[in-house]
Amino acid sequence: MQIINQMKLEFLSMPENESFARVAVSAFAVQLDPTLDVLADIKTAVSEAVTNAIVHGYGEKPGTVSISAELAMDGTLDITVSDRGRGIADIEKAMQPFFTTQPEKERSGMGFSVMQTFMDQVHVDSFPGEGTTVRMKKRLKER
Amino acid sequence: MEHERKQSTLVVRITGELDHFSSQKIRRELDLLLADPGVKKLVMDLKEMTFMDSSGIGVILGRYRTISRRGGTVAVKNMNPQVEKVFLLSGMDQIIKTI
Repeated sequence: MQIINQMKLEFLSMPENESFARVAVSAFAVQLDPTLDVLADIKTAVSEAVTNAIVHGYGEKPGTVSISAELAMDGTLDITVSDRGRGIADIEKAMQPFFTTQPEKERSGMGFSVMQTFMDQVHVDSFPGEGTTVRMKKRLKER
Repeated sequence: MEHERKQSTLVVRITGELDHFSSQKIRRELDLLLADPGVKKLVMDLKEMTFMDSSGIGVILGRYRTISRRGGTVAVKNMNPQVEKVFLLSGMDQIIKTI
């Protein structure tokens, strides 16, 4: 599919950057003139992916979170959120609703469920010790 | 966060965005208010809340547990569509009343 625009972002894994990340991706998506509901879906999914990278990928050990996004001619937005943190040993288990490794910190375990509900496609690649990459796709405009 | 106490009812108005970053401060503020065991009913007015992700679910469910242990109830009101979508997805409507 022909790409009409793309962007890349890198920032430190600080919780302060969660808001920055979702607003930046949302601002990038605006150029295809999606509805406010679609923009809200994108912001929410990006917030979840970035929070996972900060909380679970890096934890107390600081690192860099990368986001790339591409707008395609067919009216779709592809978003990739990556970290080089500790990775996920069992992706299927991690994606189950309400599964969390940190219940004592009141994590809801709903991050991946939100991404899957709010985006059209979500794909996760992860290797322990190497990091995690979340690829998400959303149709912004009907063909 | 503004709050108002009427007998055993505490109404809190959470403003702005509720994500993992802001949840740390909001959780602390709520827990200070809920430290009074006389609070039996917590109403969260989310009219001025512009965004919530699943970190917000954790905050609301945590406070729900605190209030439930003392036999009280939690309710939310004035959710915007984005906040409501996250709220419903997590099944919180099964245990927390929307008024």
